[in-house]
Amino acid sequence: MIPTQVIQTLLWLIPLPPILAFGIIALGVNRSRMLTTLTSMTGILISLAASWVVVLGAIGAPELGRKPIGSSIEWLATGATTLRIGAAVDALGATFLFMVPLACAVIFLYSTSYMASDPRYTRFMGYLSLFAGSMLGLVVADNLLSLFVFWELMGFCSYSLIGFFYAKPSAYKASVKAFMTTRIGDMLLLLGIVYLYAETGTLNFADILVNKGMLEFLADRPAILLGGMGISAASMIALLIFGGTVGKSAQFPLHVWLPDAMEGPTPVSAMIHAATMVSAGIFLLLRFFPLFEEATHGPMGSRTALEIVGMIGAITALMGALIAVAQYDIKRVLAYSTISQLGFMVAAVGMGAYVAAAFHLLTHAFFKALLFLGSGSVIHGVEHGHHHLHGDDHGGHADPAGQDDHGGHDDHSKPPAFDPQDMRNMGGLAQRMPLTTLTFVLGGMALSGFPFITAGFWSKDEILADAFAGMASGKWLHSVIFIVLCVAATLTAFYTMRQIALTFLGEARSEAAAHAVENPWQMTLPLVILAFFAAFLGFINIPRDFPVFGPLLGANAAWLKDFLGQMLLEKEAALPFNIIPVLASVGIAFTGLGLGALVYAAKPLKAGQTDPVEKLGPVYAFLRNRMYFDELYRAVFINPLQWIADHYTAIVDRGIIDSLLEIGYTIGGGVAEGFRLFDKYVVTGASDLTGSIFKRAGEWVRELQTGQVQNYLLTGIALAAVLVAFYLFIFQG
Amino acid sequence: MNGINGIPLWAFLIIAAALFCIGLYGALARKNAIAVLMGVELMLNGVNLNLIAFWRFIAPDSSAGLVFAAFVFIVAAAEAAVGLALIISVYRNLNSVDPEKLDQMKL
Repeated sequence: MIPTQVIQTLLWLIPLPPILAFGIIALGVNRSRMLTTLTSMTGILISLAASWVVVLGAIGAPELGRKPIGSSIEWLATGATTLRIGAAVDALGATFLFMVPLACAVIFLYSTSYMASDPRYTRFMGYLSLFAGSMLGLVVADNLLSLFVFWELMGFCSYSLIGFFYAKPSAYKASVKAFMTTRIGDMLLLLGIVYLYAETGTLNFADILVNKGMLEFLADRPAILLGGMGISAASMIALLIFGGTVGKSAQFPLHVWLPDAMEGPTPVSAMIHAATMVSAGIFLLLRFFPLFEEATHGPMGSRTALEIVGMIGAITALMGALIAVAQYDIKRVLAYSTISQLGFMVAAVGMGAYVAAAFHLLTHAFFKALLFLGSGSVIHGVEHGHHHLHGDDHGGHADPAGQDDHGGHDDHSKPPAFDPQDMRNMGGLAQRMPLTTLTFVLGGMALSGFPFITAGFWSKDEILADAFAGMASGKWLHSVIFIVLCVAATLTAFYTMRQIALTFLGEARSEAAAHAVENPWQMTLPLVILAFFAAFLGFINIPRDFPVFGPLLGANAAWLKDFLGQMLLEKEAALPFNIIPVLASVGIAFTGLGLGALVYAAKPLKAGQTDPVEKLGPVYAFLRNRMYFDELYRAVFINPLQWIADHYTAIVDRGIIDSLLEIGYTIGGGVAEGFRLFDKYVVTGASDLTGSIFKRAGEWVRELQTGQVQNYLLTGIALAAVLVAFYLFIFQG
Repeated sequence: MNGINGIPLWAFLIIAAALFCIGLYGALARKNAIAVLMGVELMLNGVNLNLIAFWRFIAPDSSAGLVFAAFVFIVAAAEAAVGLALIISVYRNLNSVDPEKLDQMKL
């Protein structure tokens, strides 16, 4: 049992080490790679240790849901109310504090090797530290405002890291895109924050979300907009906050930034897609789940908010899975799979399956980080093979130590003809990189929901079970979501099998792949750690009455459900075990994987062969081009805005404002000319005249001074004579 | 009181005025600084003669007139000494004692 006081102190300290590490790296040790590695690793490991101590303490604490452990200080006194900021941990926060620093730490370790030869390695580690620190700050924040601050800080970090190879146009465009797209969501979130504060006068989570009175107050109040149509303030605020999630967690229709975020170095992709960015959006959604839930009650009760959330999630899940099928870039497949899996979570929240969403987020964080780091390992290996073959290509910056310079991967500042991320250039890597293959396949199985031995199965099954239970009781939303998610899950298994087969099986389809080598321990150890969690994390939340596994684990089977359940005012009823969703899950996984194996693994693609997906013709083209979302947005938003901006400049700026300025300029010029003349002739004239009078007088008087002493004497005599004459004639006369 | 040995006051005054005017002319017109100094001495002596004449004719009982004349002599002697020293110094520096050339004070 850890004393509450220790937890309260540690909570404040959790985000600090990585943020300090960022400062130290940026200002101090950025000349030394070794010190940078040391600083960033120390920072994240201290955070990891502190977080886990807090998690241990939080698990032991009674009534954690209602009474989060934490402390706060007065921060901003605004007239009648005072804004307090603080750090607190509740069950949801503890779950994240377990996952986030662990995932960050292994990504850090991986980066020290993956980015080692990059010229801007220290900058990378600095940003990564700040990124991790922001995420930890977001998790321990006890109020929406400081959460928002860290949320934005993370947005900035993602922007810097996605555009890390800023010399490459696609990278900086991707970073601008990520920034602008998430900005739309952030704006909605900010509106939600303002509205919430205006209604309640507080932003503290504990004051709002576990306070029945406050929630009822919000649920019974008509919203300022559309209030007449039965929308309550609670629904409105919940939807605005959901806007933030849509942006940050890349939900339809703001999902477009996430695939482009692949332009960043691979560890960043892992960071964004697993431990931080996208999790933050779901975290926020889960945090505010009580508000969504409450909006369905009371006289104004409507399920609109939750229905919107659920539908968006379902659309996103299906869309992501469809697009992922037709991608060749190993990271892009994973990016769309992330979008799809986030859709699963959002859909789960929409159905009210709070624990299932959190559970899937947790397992997804591990297996997706694993898959990304695995793909990074593959890319690194293939590039190594490529450089091994074409070493003289890079003679320009030959390593003095004579080592093979395999730096600057991902960095296509001069686009090479060979793309090490294209799965068509891979194949047969299973023999070359056994450890990477093993862990990647495990991650892929978790993603597909391979039954029983992967975490992904249990969490996905949980969501499907919730959906099925709703469908059984005749709720339309649950029925739609169940069907959509089943299709999406089948596709997920299919594209995962495709990816595995294209990458690892068969013969090498390029010389580079044939010469790929396994990576050093700094890159494989993180894979092994993550693989462990991807396989076994599922056992923290298994339905108690699940055959074999439930009784095996006994009372601890549904541990996460009990733990997170405290967060809810009304406890989720444990669903009775139903064999149908389980059979569906198992069936889906095997169908998808089997189809994939049939198409790709049975006859592995040979070099020069076309992918069987391409036979789908127009459907393939549609999916290959990502359903033309980018083109659509360009046509509907960007081009019109550009048109407006162009015409605005022409008409308003150059037309109206410039001519106003011109007129003002003319008037001002005239007035100034008047003043100039006044100055010139009156002021200057007067002073010049004064001067010249005295000058003339002086010149005249000067003539008197001849230097001739006799003249002076004569003058004196003359003056004396005048004086005498004056005296004689005036005074005497 | 009909004058000293029959010479009346006005005769003394005329001599004194003549001396003064000759001295003034010398001081103003001569091209030699020593001559200018001599002119100044003549003017002083004209004034002295005036003083003595008025003392003798108007207030012979008082010694003030004599003392006054003695002061003028002393001052004139000192002035001559300083003046001559100055002229020597000027000559050494400028190789000339023409007062018209002594115009370094001119702007």
